[in-house]
Amino acid sequence: MNYKVIDGLQYTKKHEWVRREENSAVVGLCDYAQDKLGEIVFVELPDVGTELEAGKSAAVIESVKAVADLYSPLSGTVIEINEELLDQPELINAEPYGEGWVYKMEIKDENELAALMGKEEYEKFIVEEEEK
Amino acid sequence: MGGKHYLPLTEEDRNEMLSVIGAGSVDDLFADIPADLRFKGNLELEPAMSELEVLKHLQQMADKNRHFQNCISFMGAGIYDHYIPSLVSHVTGRSEFYTAYTPYQPEVSQGTLQTIFEYQTMICQLTGMDVANASMYDGGTALTEGAIMGCGATRRSRVLVSRSVSPFYRAVMRNYFNSRGLIMDEIPLRDGCTDREALLNMIDENVAAVALQQPNFFGMVENMNGLANIIHERKALFLVSVDPISLGLLQTPAEYGADIVAGEGQCLGIPASFGGPALGILAAREKYVRQMPGRIAGETVDSEGNRGFALTLQTREQHIRREKAASNICSNEALLALAASVYLSAMGPQGVREVAEQCLQKTSYAREKITAINGFELVFPGIYFKEFAVKLPVSPEDANLHLLKKNILGGVDISQFYPELDQTMLFAVTEKRTREEIDILVGELEELK
Repeated sequence: MNYKVIDGLQYTKKHEWVRREENSAVVGLCDYAQDKLGEIVFVELPDVGTELEAGKSAAVIESVKAVADLYSPLSGTVIEINEELLDQPELINAEPYGEGWVYKMEIKDENELAALMGKEEYEKFIVEEEEK
Repeated sequence: MGGKHYLPLTEEDRNEMLSVIGAGSVDDLFADIPADLRFKGNLELEPAMSELEVLKHLQQMADKNRHFQNCISFMGAGIYDHYIPSLVSHVTGRSEFYTAYTPYQPEVSQGTLQTIFEYQTMICQLTGMDVANASMYDGGTALTEGAIMGCGATRRSRVLVSRSVSPFYRAVMRNYFNSRGLIMDEIPLRDGCTDREALLNMIDENVAAVALQQPNFFGMVENMNGLANIIHERKALFLVSVDPISLGLLQTPAEYGADIVAGEGQCLGIPASFGGPALGILAAREKYVRQMPGRIAGETVDSEGNRGFALTLQTREQHIRREKAASNICSNEALLALAASVYLSAMGPQGVREVAEQCLQKTSYAREKITAINGFELVFPGIYFKEFAVKLPVSPEDANLHLLKKNILGGVDISQFYPELDQTMLFAVTEKRTREEIDILVGELEELK
């Protein structure tokens, strides 16, 4: 497998990741997605305080060849955004699970988090995606 | 020849094609259409004319048209009779540009891309905005796309549009908004301008953008002072539709704090035709460039470091973003944008200013003369540019029929768009009108009493 998937995160079928931090969750784009998009040139972030709904567009990621929505994995309010991305959107390419995080949100419904995929399940999922 | 020299196919061509597909005759070819639905017999057509006769016939029909070349025009309301320097058609008529399809591929289209880039640059200079796109279809689509940009940038879905904005543009916007689930609310009028108090009452945290027109549909110059603050306090965007010629005299939209600027570019060297094709101007502050629809030509360097041009920021267009594209417009009015560039280059800043000054002076003269006629009332007092509304003692339709007999195209009847404005005509006076022509109009209007 060529794509990095790390332990301790939850994953969505749209290739977003969530990392739990006490009562909040950090959201980002998976290595798989950043690789498919290519060089990322612009990120449109939600405003702090925006009410997000799981599965609905929360941010827009623009690369040299495509524009993709980042769908919020969870419902809840945005409490922090990664402003570094406004000047350095390529951080998502370089460190999708680290410096390239996108936003932090509150966790409204624990069930939504529990329903996401773990590392192994997601790894299996991207193998299937690749075979399609 | 029996007129067949107008048809590209010979009898031999037809027979050859029929034999290739295995049909015995043209009747055989249509065998699938039930016989009783097929036309039998001969078409009742007059005998074919020679080329000389056809041209004469068409010319006779064309001569019945009444247009800016054979009438004195006071029509406006969005499309105007401004002077077009002969340089414009000389350049746009060149075969490199005069094509049905605009080639955008940088490998083969450096000239076209450079003209688009220069058009964008001049629109930015004229409006004071940071970026302009390669153009939209017309003033209405440009304003509507500007409003949609506002919704995208603010993630809100309600736009306030002044009733002093062209009714044609509002109709386009309503049409787009209906299918996108966006809301358009109209700000009422006060003395022919936007009612500020009403605007203050209507604006709230759900409003994405506020759209005004400068000068407005009635030709009035709106007071833009302080509007930007009111709008920006609610984190909404200030959208304005401008007459580019007026920018020779009026403040630029950037100076009064607009975020997005739209406009109709027909007045920049483009003939009226039958009301189109026109040129949609769209420009914005750099912050909103990624919300901008359509194409943008950018300046770059090639692998050898030479200056070159290429389309840029295309990732939000339909061929890449599909249903999530910023707009379904992913083309532009390249030939007309070129006409506007040539016009602006030919006139220069001083020339545009002079055109604007002459419009204002001549409008001022016509306004004074017409409203001095007994029974002709000025509808809105206040500051104007090249148009003004007058209440007539007779119906605008009758007035126009009378004027047309004298080879005058009268003003536009605007009571059809504003029921409260009874028997009201909007007169437009461009730099092309002479004092004599205005006096002729006034003389004919006096006859109407």
